[in-house]
Amino acid sequence: MAGQKTVLVVGGGISGITAAVEAAEAGCKVILVERLPYLGGRVAQLNKYFPKLCPPTCGLEINFRRIRRNPDITVYTLAEVERIAGKPGAYTASIKISPRYVEDHTATSKCVEDCPVEIPNDFNYGMDKTKAVSLPYEMAYPMNLVANGDALNKVKDTPGFKSFVESCTKKGIRIDLEAKAETIDVEVDSVVWATGWRPYDATKLEKLGFGTCANVITNVMMERLAAANGPTRGEIVRPSDGKKVNNLAFVQCAGSRDRNHLPYCSSICCLASLKQATYLRDYNPEAQAQIFYIDLRAHGRFEFFFDRVTKDDKIILTKGKIVNVTEDPVTKDVILEGEDILSGQKIRRTFDMAVLATGMQPNTSVEKIPGPGVTYDDFGFVVSATGIHGAGVTKRPMDVGTCLQDATGAALKALQDTVGR
Amino acid sequence: MDHKIGVYIDTGYGIGEALDIEALCTVATGEFSVPVCRAESYWNEPDKLAIIRNDIAGEGLTAVLIAGPSPRVHQDAFKFDGTIVERANLREHVVWCQPPNHEDTQMLAEDYIRMWIVKTSKYEDRPPFMEETSKDILVIGGGMTGMTAALEAAAAGYQVYLVEKEPQLGGWANKYAKVFTGKPPYTELTDSPVQEKIAAVNKSDKIKVFAGHRVFRISGAPGMFDVIVRADGPWIEKLDTAQNEWLAAKKAREAAGGAAGEKKEAEGEPTEPEVPDDPSEFAHEVVRVGSVVLAAGWRPEEPQNAEHLGYGTLPDVITNVQLEELAAKGKITRPSDGKEVSSIAFIECMGPEVEHPLLYGSNVSSLVALKQAQYLRKSNPDGKAFVFYNNMRTPGQYEVFYQAMQDDPGVFLSKGIPTGVASAASGLAVDVKDTLLGEQLRVNVDLVVLSTGMVPVTKDAAVLNLKYRQGPFLPENPYGFNDSHFICFPYETQRTGIYTAGCVRQPMDFQSCETDATGAALKAIQCMELVAQGKAVHPRAGDESFPEIFVTRCTQCKRCTEECPFGAYDEQPNGTPMPNPTRCRRCAICMGSCPERIISFRDHSVDMIGSMVKAMSVPDEYAEKPRVVVFICENDAYPVLDMAGMHRLQYSAFVRFIPLRCLGNINMVWIADALSKGIDGIMLIGCKYGDDYQCHFVKGSELAEYRMGKISETLQRLVLESDRINVQQLAIDEYYKLPGIINDFIELLSGFDPNPYKGF
Repeated sequence: MAGQKTVLVVGGGISGITAAVEAAEAGCKVILVERLPYLGGRVAQLNKYFPKLCPPTCGLEINFRRIRRNPDITVYTLAEVERIAGKPGAYTASIKISPRYVEDHTATSKCVEDCPVEIPNDFNYGMDKTKAVSLPYEMAYPMNLVANGDALNKVKDTPGFKSFVESCTKKGIRIDLEAKAETIDVEVDSVVWATGWRPYDATKLEKLGFGTCANVITNVMMERLAAANGPTRGEIVRPSDGKKVNNLAFVQCAGSRDRNHLPYCSSICCLASLKQATYLRDYNPEAQAQIFYIDLRAHGRFEFFFDRVTKDDKIILTKGKIVNVTEDPVTKDVILEGEDILSGQKIRRTFDMAVLATGMQPNTSVEKIPGPGVTYDDFGFVVSATGIHGAGVTKRPMDVGTCLQDATGAALKALQDTVGR
Repeated sequence: MDHKIGVYIDTGYGIGEALDIEALCTVATGEFSVPVCRAESYWNEPDKLAIIRNDIAGEGLTAVLIAGPSPRVHQDAFKFDGTIVERANLREHVVWCQPPNHEDTQMLAEDYIRMWIVKTSKYEDRPPFMEETSKDILVIGGGMTGMTAALEAAAAGYQVYLVEKEPQLGGWANKYAKVFTGKPPYTELTDSPVQEKIAAVNKSDKIKVFAGHRVFRISGAPGMFDVIVRADGPWIEKLDTAQNEWLAAKKAREAAGGAAGEKKEAEGEPTEPEVPDDPSEFAHEVVRVGSVVLAAGWRPEEPQNAEHLGYGTLPDVITNVQLEELAAKGKITRPSDGKEVSSIAFIECMGPEVEHPLLYGSNVSSLVALKQAQYLRKSNPDGKAFVFYNNMRTPGQYEVFYQAMQDDPGVFLSKGIPTGVASAASGLAVDVKDTLLGEQLRVNVDLVVLSTGMVPVTKDAAVLNLKYRQGPFLPENPYGFNDSHFICFPYETQRTGIYTAGCVRQPMDFQSCETDATGAALKAIQCMELVAQGKAVHPRAGDESFPEIFVTRCTQCKRCTEECPFGAYDEQPNGTPMPNPTRCRRCAICMGSCPERIISFRDHSVDMIGSMVKAMSVPDEYAEKPRVVVFICENDAYPVLDMAGMHRLQYSAFVRFIPLRCLGNINMVWIADALSKGIDGIMLIGCKYGDDYQCHFVKGSELAEYRMGKISETLQRLVLESDRINVQQLAIDEYYKLPGIINDFIELLSGFDPNPYKGF
């Protein structure tokens, strides 16, 4: 290849990481931009992948190693692409890089346990607190602390904070609340956009009890609840009273396949709930899980996984649509109401906890790509096939394996932009 | 090779406060006489790196050992051109998991200094494997997937050879009346895009098409595959038969032989299927390519257990593939009498008793039924379509297509299990139970259409025809598809440089096939580019080391050729292994398999690891300080140790960890080395294995377990207890289990006498 060309990859989740390393290993220079202080995106917050029930960090570690040993990849975290101009072969992009407010030599959360300020832990979807200076998670890349500037600025003149800063300095950790954001311009040949998805806002599902019933959570929260490094250290217990969950309901299509919310199918929620049912069964052999679904969509070879999981007679599948979720004001038990689709009978059942299988909403439905020539469908998924290349859930709902195929393909599209120009 | 090693001990991170640094330096300068040993905090800082660079220039250092934080951090800082860099972990593996300023903590740190100086001193200087390589690509299969792969690779500037068995390109897409494209507004069918694609392929000066041809043989290795292309003919059936028979015999032998690794070929058993013809006797072309995209596609699965539905007896019960051919002709007519069809029942689920009614079909069968229902509705406005399904599967935006079909008054969609199809007065009567419209339902229709599965062609046909010692196929994943078994790395097959795409991987729609083909083309390009630079591909991409064999000492035991998960070794006529370095993924499983210890890498060898074991200081039996060597997988177990350290989990200071490229890299001689040095116990920590294996090299951890099962002989010879060897499977997120595993083993060993070989 004549002269090394540069690809800008926006989004440091599994799709963006994949597009970046695949393009770099094929000979491109790559700039990888991630908004959060760490790479890994949504998969870093998953406990296990279906169908192998293996930890996502296993593959992430390999990918981080690929990044670490490849001098052709430059990673910017806490960074956002504000503007892209130009055309394939000649783009200019502005990247705003926000400060971490802390410099260290790769420290860990244990090193800053004496931080006097706590903030809600976004990594655990707010289910616990974290220090205002922390390492986002054990496998974070880059393995550097990050500080919440807003939270620390509120206490910056207190003696407690000053002594914390001093103790940090002794450990080689420098806190600098004066650090400022900077904007850099880069010239690139191609752009891959892989900003992924967000869970559909469950508070919009007014009848399904999220935010009003203490023991109604979403499927992404369930991942954290089951994780050994989650808010409960892997204990699957009720938020209201910390009681072990014995009887768990999954409400499928919470927002998805609903013309008032997400008209499309999010593709992965059925499998995610089957997987999460195994979390509960492994954690508590006495427990029972009941999944209320419209269609059980275990596509392709995931059907093997479906078979394996449903052999467990304590995982019960009910073709039924849940329309109302309330709680018992005293016990905080969750009451599900709906219709059994096959019999036409009403359902009314009580559970310890309910998980709403909320769908995937593309981030591009809310934040459009600040560049030329991109078109979207009605739901905000990228459909344009030329120019800036979408990858992963930016294009349609998909499971991790499919995201990786798609992101690898996007890497070739990027490579093509660099040829013969 | 003699190295001049500089040792740089990092006193930051609490290391300086927890250890006697001066004593550590004395180990380096006293016991090993290294020319440079310095202790400072944070060697990753620019001014400290300048000191190291200065020493490299001034002292002529050939290697640098950083003793500080985990090698998983600051990897980019510690890069010095032309100088070897090694990293001993005094942070996560010592001071973060042990009490500060304790005698045992200090002994642990000093041992790591010894072991890593010895390790560093064992690096060899060898250039990477470089040969002239091809950067052309072979694509097998001229359907939508294969054509897409060819076009996408060509658009990136690469020459492609496209082999299609039929006389014309296009594959199944030629037979489709309409297709669902997955493009907005998602409610419409469009004409098949196949003609456009065929035209683009024919127009491309980068793509050479071999239509009506097949691959007769692929020999060689990435960067240098030699492909014999031969006109289609009856020879292929002979090849199919030969390969299927060979495979059946091989499986039977394996079943009789037991566990992995125990696949010794009996005397005279064929190691390769018989090839019917000699290429010198038929017309053919030979092309040299760097990599291969396998896009051979699918064939329809004959409906199973469908007798009760009249399939095979009633002429108007057909498959969805047959309906596609009928619809492509225009109006849909009945096979029995040619009458135009006005009602169709589509049956997706054959019956509840069939465990996998559509093993090979469930990805797209719902969509196909909906599409074909629309054919009827468009060609006959009074037509009625009944679709009976178990689960309607219309993922992603295809749901919108489903919604549009639900709004069509001529389409009846219901869950339902068909119980029978019979001849009726004006056509067929279909009985269905458990429907949304009632428990039992009978509909009268003109035609019944059964969903068929999509079987990957590679299931039982000779396609790749690899001339590899381990056989002519790609190993299948546990689900029977030609796919990687890694969620995270879907393209990584067990045959380096050969990437699969489309329906050989799993049933998929056009859009997914095109995406998949593009990704496979990228991997094919990437492989050729890396191989041309003498570098490894995934998961050790960029690694320039490769295995070398000291063949004169080889005893032709064939373990390396059989155990390599990637089939990297072929066999010389005299039975010694013939390496193909560009097939190699650098896992060093072969190094572990070799009883003669003759396989080595420039930066990793039997001698290197054995010397590390021997470099440990082993206190005498009266010291009551047992010693345990723990061999760990560097991919997953090493991060586990780091995370345990980050959480400051404490465990016994009597263990010494030695990372390996894969647990399958373990060589039995290291066990003997350790035991004969007086080490009390040996532990192996690797990835989970079995159907859902997590080993990045597929079967490394399983092979390690297998080899340890054979260690009893060594133990008996030394008169030692077999429980002194312990194998553990640990996932990367199970760091919290580590202290228990370590401490339990130390506890167990405390029940034995000290290893009597201490001090020998």
